[in-house]
Amino acid sequence: MESLIKHISKPHPVTGVTNAKLGTWCFLASEIMLFGALFSSYVLLRVGAGTAWPRGSDILNVPLATLNTLVLITSSVTMVMACASLALKNLGKYRLYMGATILLAFVFLVVKSFEYGHKFEHHHFPSTSTFYAIYFTLTGLHGLHVIGGIVVNTYLLFPGSALWKKDPDQFMGRVEAAGLYWHFVDLVWIFLFPVLYLL
Amino acid sequence: MSGHTQEEIRHHVSIYLRVFGALLILTVLTVGVSYLHLPLHAAIAVALIIATVKASLVAAFFMHLAGEKKIILAVLLLAAFFFVFLLTYPSLHAL
Repeated sequence: MESLIKHISKPHPVTGVTNAKLGTWCFLASEIMLFGALFSSYVLLRVGAGTAWPRGSDILNVPLATLNTLVLITSSVTMVMACASLALKNLGKYRLYMGATILLAFVFLVVKSFEYGHKFEHHHFPSTSTFYAIYFTLTGLHGLHVIGGIVVNTYLLFPGSALWKKDPDQFMGRVEAAGLYWHFVDLVWIFLFPVLYLL
Repeated sequence: MSGHTQEEIRHHVSIYLRVFGALLILTVLTVGVSYLHLPLHAAIAVALIIATVKASLVAAFFMHLAGEKKIILAVLLLAAFFFVFLLTYPSLHAL
């Protein structure tokens, strides 16, 4: 049966890339605008507050956030290794690396929930101050993206991998698209970490 | 990544591992610098430069943007333009 959507696995003659890849990048461009708007808000709020703005390192847990940065970077590496394993036609290794990626995403969320729990214990809520408002908004939205990544990656690890036998190219395209998204989530954290915690 | 030879993929993997090492070192570096308690403007500059280098490494090698087709770069350039425009517009307005 001919697939209804063209150029999923083979590059489109005009763009030179698959429609799946172009679509994923358009989605990521919209994500740049979403996080960009909040990041701009942060900059404006901070500049407006002047010296009243606290240094993140004085009120947030830098060691835990450093650990989380390393966890997320490692999960990006296991994700590219999952893609490379598929390219080497090794489904077993793909499962191993994809499983590790999902596990690391859970580690990130557990560490983050410890941080949140600690803040709530000390009655620091989004309504406490402008700093906490933007801190919880940015890290909360990022956390939701991590959960989204877990959902997609878990689908691709278990039921979704049945496609590997039917159409390996299409399956690899899906894993690569999920990979692009996952690296983007890592990339956002690479900026959130110094901006919120270190400055 | 489909259509690459085994040789090429193994070469990619060795690049991934080197990028991984660079990202780890840069993370330790940015945290280390933060303990120096530099003046705020210097601290912001150093932290943003390190973050930009890290983000570029992830985008160029993990997301394969280095050597990506023009249309993808055009989409990103458009997003980058709007991001910078909207970030700076309010401060231009205040002048």
